Amino acid sequence: MNEYNINHLRELEAESIYVIREVAAQFENPVMLFSGGKDSIIMFHLARKAFAPAKVPFALMHVDTGHNFPETIEFRDRLMEETGTRLIVRYVQDSIDQGKAVEETGFDASRNKLQTVTLLDGLEELQVDCAMGGGRRDEEKARAKERFFSHRDEFGQWDPKNQRPELWNLFNGKKHMGEHFRVFPISNWTEMDVWQYIYLENIDIPNIYFSHEREVFMRHGNLLSVSDFIPMRDTEKVEKRIVRFRTIGDATCTGAVESEANSLEDIIEEVAATRTTERGTRHDDKRSEAAMEDRKKEGYF
Amino acid sequence: MSDKTSGYLDMELLRFTTAGSVDDGKSTLIGRLLYDSKAIFEDQMEAIEISSQKRGDTEVDLALLTDGLRAEREQGITIDVAYRYFATPKRKFIIADTPGHIQYTRNMVTGASTANCALILVDARNGVIEQTLRHSYIANLLQIPHLIVCINKMDLMNYSEETYENIKKEYQKVADKLNIKDVRFIPISAKFGDNVVDASQNMDWYKGETLLNLLETIEILDDRNHEDARFPVQYVIRPQSDEYHDYRGFAGRVASGVFKPGDKVKVLPSGRETTIKAIDTLNGELDIAFTPQSVTLRLSDEIDTSRGDMIVAADNVPAMEQEFDAMVCWMNERAMIPGGKYTIKHTSNETRCMVRNVNFKVDVNTLEEMEDDKTIGLNDIACLKLKTAKPLFFDSYKKNRNTGSFILIDEATNETVAAGMIR
Repeated sequence: MNEYNINHLRELEAESIYVIREVAAQFENPVMLFSGGKDSIIMFHLARKAFAPAKVPFALMHVDTGHNFPETIEFRDRLMEETGTRLIVRYVQDSIDQGKAVEETGFDASRNKLQTVTLLDGLEELQVDCAMGGGRRDEEKARAKERFFSHRDEFGQWDPKNQRPELWNLFNGKKHMGEHFRVFPISNWTEMDVWQYIYLENIDIPNIYFSHEREVFMRHGNLLSVSDFIPMRDTEKVEKRIVRFRTIGDATCTGAVESEANSLEDIIEEVAATRTTERGTRHDDKRSEAAMEDRKKEGYF
Repeated sequence: MSDKTSGYLDMELLRFTTAGSVDDGKSTLIGRLLYDSKAIFEDQMEAIEISSQKRGDTEVDLALLTDGLRAEREQGITIDVAYRYFATPKRKFIIADTPGHIQYTRNMVTGASTANCALILVDARNGVIEQTLRHSYIANLLQIPHLIVCINKMDLMNYSEETYENIKKEYQKVADKLNIKDVRFIPISAKFGDNVVDASQNMDWYKGETLLNLLETIEILDDRNHEDARFPVQYVIRPQSDEYHDYRGFAGRVASGVFKPGDKVKVLPSGRETTIKAIDTLNGELDIAFTPQSVTLRLSDEIDTSRGDMIVAADNVPAMEQEFDAMVCWMNERAMIPGGKYTIKHTSNETRCMVRNVNFKVDVNTLEEMEDDKTIGLNDIACLKLKTAKPLFFDSYKKNRNTGSFILIDEATNETVAAGMIR
């Protein structure tokens, strides 16, 4: 083997670090969106690598739906404290109270879509010119067309038919007043790459990614966690099952999978053997064939 | 750690692009690669089964797997470059899937800019046509190191060896004309899967590898430039802390070559010489850094250095010029303005430039160089003479894809209007 060989994870890592440094160099007031899920955790890990031994030169921003898994919030706060990072939180509840967003009603109500309002308001208020997100192109077909540097107009909208060409590793972050960018440093990572990297780097993640016993109920083929914010139908039965989460999003639309995997090795083998995409556990994508495309156009993550 | 887990940590990354139109079966081929290599999940398969039924198709259309946007599915066309991922135990693959119809040149150039390898699709019924020539020209212009010519729809030609051999001979003429070094041929049927992932039962006369085998084994490491040490400074790291009071690190990605502590280097544009003191990462110091790693360099002497500067080997420096010729692909509806000024982005450097002259324009269908035609519009490829406001540090694109490439930005619209390769 050639002595200048690096494996796929190190190559992806180098690419992501490069992108994050470009953001710090090209924008005046960037933030990194952080949900406490594994993708934002590795993105933050890569950011720390990009600027060591200095601290990460931008704040993290969490758009909080209020429908959280408590484990995620505990994890988030601990990580911020340990790394001395500034965290900005904006609450969907505030947008609802201000009348800017209207709560959905019914059994399948979710605040997932409302996050866009809170996010765009937050970016405007803080005069953010670039928001980095942990979106990956392998997640969903509309995301497969996304650029690393994605231009947004003054309404925060994405125009997929009119994107700037992106060549080599030359990123064009130029914009007019009021416009901003979304940048996706881990665009080229797959779910498998993320898990392998967490394993390789021994990165700490919230414990709900590992197998545990939980009270759940079945809805539309997904195992949803029993919680105060999800109204249940009379026909829906609460059961105790051994589960874990493949993704962590809003608790009202993130399903668990039955799993005994309680180590990173187990998870990697499980991911390798799995026959559904991780977004298959995301209720929000199943609303229509173009659900993600529509949300992205409006300014979603 | 089990063997299975450790195996995943030992894969190489290969980026490839596909050239061909929907009629050549390009989307079907990608769908086939993903499907047969088990990269398609059940819920994705279910989704395209439903879409196929909605459209009234009798068979599941694998091409639907690659159409992401609503308009694309409705009109059965592909609008933009899409990226697909799959992996085998040997390699992880990134496919830049470029559309066949609209704005072909612009999209193919985009997909080709990062590719190690290009698949050129040829319809066995039509053989080598104008479009094949155009695709091959662009692949070669962008210096994609390896080309694989997939002669598709062999099922419609009774899997005839003669058809395959004739097309191969025809294509070899194109390859010779363009001076393409590494080209390979595979007879396939994307629709039925012959020679894509599994060896064909219908073409036992073909003794070569399947497409997936080839993609797994093509040697790509030597394609990288490990000769010319080039480090564009991307960002200066200065921790505002007591512990690292005097720390100044130069963050960037090694564009080419190799750097080691103690190496004599020169910082451009000042030309001042020093040595590499250390190569830093979050996990400690490294004794070597090479392309495409992202690292932080510390220098032995305090030299004024900032973003846009380049750290290079002291005895092997790039050109440092304000005027040069470049092949340019125009990517915007707004045509090039003769004598116009644009922002040029090259490595981490950025300045203004002016188009001094259109040396010639290329007819991508005949490869003829036209010296009289000075109008450069969307999808045109031309050789321009550019003058920059300050010197750029570059190598020829042929020698170095990272220090030989640039983009032009329209100062009024901020759009990326052209991709350039320095001659």
